[in-house]
Amino acid sequence: MPSNPDLLKLIFGRLSLDSFPYHEPILVVTFIGVMIGGLAVLGAITYFGKWTYLWQEWITSVDHKKIGVMYIILGLIMLLRGFSDALMMRAQQAMAFGDSAGFLPPHHYDQVFTAHGVIMIFFAAMPFVTGLMNFVVPLQIGARDVSFPYLNNFSFWMTAAGAMIIMISLFVGEFAKTGWLAYPPLSDISHSPGVGVDYYIWGLQVAGLGTLLSGVNLIATIVKMRAPGMSMMKMPVFTWTALCTNVLIVAAFPVLTAVLALLSLDRYVGTHFFTNDMGGNVMMYINLIWIWGHPEVYILILPCFGVFSEVVATFCGKRLFGYSSMVYATVVITILSYLVWLHHFFTMGSGASVNSFFGITTMIISIPTGAKMFNWLFTMYKGRIRFEVPMLWTIGFMLTFVIGGMTGVLLAVPPADFVLHNSLFLIAHFHNVIIGGVVFGVFAGITYWFPKAFGFKLDPFWGKMSFWFWFIGFYFAFMPLYVLGLMGVTRRLNHFDDPSLQIWFIIAAFGAVLIAVGIASFVIQIVVSVMRREQLRDETGDPWHGRTLEWSTSSPPPEYNYAFTPVVYDHDAWWDMQQRGFVRPTEGFKSIHMPKGTGAGAIIAALAVALGFGMVWHMWWLAILAFVGMIAVAIGHSFNYDRDFHIPAEEVIETEEARTKLLAKQA
Amino acid sequence: MIGALGAQSGYCCFVCKWSRPETGQKIKRMSSKLSRGLLIAPLLLLLNGCNLVVMHPSGDVAVQQRDLIIISSILMLIIIIPVMALTVFFAWKYRQSNKEAEYEPNWHHSTRLEVIIWSAPLLIIIALGAITWVSTHTLDPYRPLDRLDASRPVTQDMKPLTVEVVSMNWKWLFIYPELGIATVNEMAAPVDVPINFKITSSSIMNSFYIPALAGQIYAMAGMETKLHAVINKEGVYKGFSANYSGAGFSDMHFKFHGMKQADFDQWVEKVKSDGEGDLDRAHYLDLAKPTTAEPVHYYNGVDPDLFNAVVNMCVDKSKMCMNEMMMIDAQNGHAGGMPHGEHSQAGEPTADMSHGEHSPESAPMAGMSDDGATAQKP
Repeated sequence: MPSNPDLLKLIFGRLSLDSFPYHEPILVVTFIGVMIGGLAVLGAITYFGKWTYLWQEWITSVDHKKIGVMYIILGLIMLLRGFSDALMMRAQQAMAFGDSAGFLPPHHYDQVFTAHGVIMIFFAAMPFVTGLMNFVVPLQIGARDVSFPYLNNFSFWMTAAGAMIIMISLFVGEFAKTGWLAYPPLSDISHSPGVGVDYYIWGLQVAGLGTLLSGVNLIATIVKMRAPGMSMMKMPVFTWTALCTNVLIVAAFPVLTAVLALLSLDRYVGTHFFTNDMGGNVMMYINLIWIWGHPEVYILILPCFGVFSEVVATFCGKRLFGYSSMVYATVVITILSYLVWLHHFFTMGSGASVNSFFGITTMIISIPTGAKMFNWLFTMYKGRIRFEVPMLWTIGFMLTFVIGGMTGVLLAVPPADFVLHNSLFLIAHFHNVIIGGVVFGVFAGITYWFPKAFGFKLDPFWGKMSFWFWFIGFYFAFMPLYVLGLMGVTRRLNHFDDPSLQIWFIIAAFGAVLIAVGIASFVIQIVVSVMRREQLRDETGDPWHGRTLEWSTSSPPPEYNYAFTPVVYDHDAWWDMQQRGFVRPTEGFKSIHMPKGTGAGAIIAALAVALGFGMVWHMWWLAILAFVGMIAVAIGHSFNYDRDFHIPAEEVIETEEARTKLLAKQA
Repeated sequence: MIGALGAQSGYCCFVCKWSRPETGQKIKRMSSKLSRGLLIAPLLLLLNGCNLVVMHPSGDVAVQQRDLIIISSILMLIIIIPVMALTVFFAWKYRQSNKEAEYEPNWHHSTRLEVIIWSAPLLIIIALGAITWVSTHTLDPYRPLDRLDASRPVTQDMKPLTVEVVSMNWKWLFIYPELGIATVNEMAAPVDVPINFKITSSSIMNSFYIPALAGQIYAMAGMETKLHAVINKEGVYKGFSANYSGAGFSDMHFKFHGMKQADFDQWVEKVKSDGEGDLDRAHYLDLAKPTTAEPVHYYNGVDPDLFNAVVNMCVDKSKMCMNEMMMIDAQNGHAGGMPHGEHSQAGEPTADMSHGEHSPESAPMAGMSDDGATAQKP
């Protein structure tokens, strides 16, 4: 054993045996569980000889459909992690009254609520919406892939690398104990000297780079790669919301990157941007983080508004009411979302005029949002509504989201915010819009486009179970929090003295259990559907009588999406094609030019994990090697000219003839 | 006023109902109501008699804030309730199995409807925006009070009580500069006397909040925030930090006593007689060390400059005060010719100003001492 402390420090930095939380039973059990599960998966892949398949068909794939699916798998895995944090919090708050300290000491509890927020926003919700956009947008605009397919693969792996860095913190060291936005001075080096905030910073920096590049990619794709005839005002609403979301991403994420970089400088090299002393000012951090943070919530919700617009038109068998006003509403929300950030800190001493300005701009956002709500409502009017699972999520959203919208506008009235800020009322409000809007939207979207991705529908029974448990569970879990907020209970408390509060926390914990059943039902739904896939098989490519282009191709679509680039004449292109008596071409196929997969993205992202780990633990040699490695692979890849290939005409003919036969069988 | 019905029983009637065995039935009935969207209104009515301190406060500022919550909610319900009702009605009426219902697959535009769906929310927001502008100004926490409650204006001869509040890890320090006393984790004020709070923090950001009295305001190191409020009813109320500040945050609460003037005077006497001594700078620095669930302390004397020194982050006399630092910065780093008042008011920072602080032993700023800037601190 080398006993030279300098050498050990040089090699391991701050890492020592004490960094491993082997004395925390909850973490040890989790670790054993993860190890057993992980080994089982790895063993199964090896046993079935799937490593080559996994590497060639998924990890190195630049196919936007596969990348979209991988984003959603990442989102699901992280949703399970983030939700187990939520269950722990609800259990702790239901138990820790009076003399009982609950089962989580502050040291652990504070990490749990920080991790819950960070994981749910960055690594569950973001991958979900990015995954949906990745999968759907190129299909909806009649393109064969995104503008920059390799960049897309790289973006995904950077997001996964960020998630990996956050997950490592569970078993090596600790996570931040600062709350999900890591406000200084709590997050500065003198008040949080441990590795937690560094895990936070590097996890978000790595994932944030992926998100930003994915935003650039999708903007370019939507602007440049639409099928002929699809003018901006003929784009499907989901594509419009995706465009606006990615504009928000490109404008907002650099701010996050910059503010976290400044925080890292404070922590690593002793600058004083956000410290209490030496001319630093925490208000700069709080302004900057919310200049990113408020657009972020619209980044999450806008694509979900797009999902609901597609779903409601399809399942009402009716063209969307007020397409133009829907588009304008989306654009107005995009612009206004930059003018409201200060409403997150009315209580930090801004003047009355500043507070009123930001309060009123916030309220103005509810006008286009209200218009959207009415548009969905009047799409249902004189429709033929089929209550398939995606439509259930949509109606659940319409009923739930308006309550969250109302409490949101209430919080935008500054004097009301003074009594509700940081209370459980606020917690109830944002879960009301994020669960009622984003989660319901993502589940609607996954259920809606699942048959497009895999060629069979999801099992409706388990889908309905999932919906009803989520829907009812949400009300049980969060309505008590509204009440508690009005009782003056603030957020992030580890234990309580007042016994009259306990009943409400018990109801909330019960709600969380119902939601757990909802999540379990969703997982069961996927397993059951895979097992029953032959009964649930869709051979038409259009199982829901959809309206937009993606339903015109097969399910799952061929690698090239469309053998011929479709020509668009009107809104709801596929519906319009059917009305015009469109006949699918069965000859004249040519070879198709496609991008080739590459392992560079996954390799650079793996090195980014090493870079993050090295920086967190002050293992400088590792950080330097990993960084040099990343640059070297990126440069090396730029000399890789073997980036594309042609799918031979014979293969296209074979694929298309198989589909012709299938369709003929249907008829 | 709805608040007048509020019972200060401390026990919530709704809770009693919910904890009976037949809860299950009620929950089911409740959830079906929820899905019909009649949630907020009956809930507010049901909870009216409960211990919802935000809805039944005891200070005039909080009462006005409560009224604003109610008015805004009602304004929004004008639009929310019809939307929820229509959602359920359309979903039911236009279900696929109802072949009676009209079906117009190509109907997608109506100018008249478009005008209504944009202008209805617009009108509500115009009303709410106007209310917001006016109320944000009248209820600006920095603005001195002009009324004790709806019927009693503040007059010239009323002398407000000044309380200086310092959030520390993890406890609250209250300094009464006019009375020469200080307390930790307990505060009192006479009823119907305007209170002027001056608030800062020793290090981490907290939020100073007594729900029964008035809305919260942040306590931030190196900055001073203000709050003006009045308590109208006698009672013991909860006060706490409403912004997470680290490991001891959950225990960072205190009792706020609203007292008759005579009782308050007695309380002041008690603080003076039971006090553990003078809160000077050395004691402050000792107190500022992190502790959890700190018991109540009384101090029968306090350094009159202490709060200013806390705001300027120079309780430790070896550190330069921020206001002096800012003055030097304003002179491009040349302190010469500027009077070195111990704590000059000129540069007193407030929450919306940037600030600087200088510790002479820190290397990057070491050059400053050449100007003699640190020399005036013995």
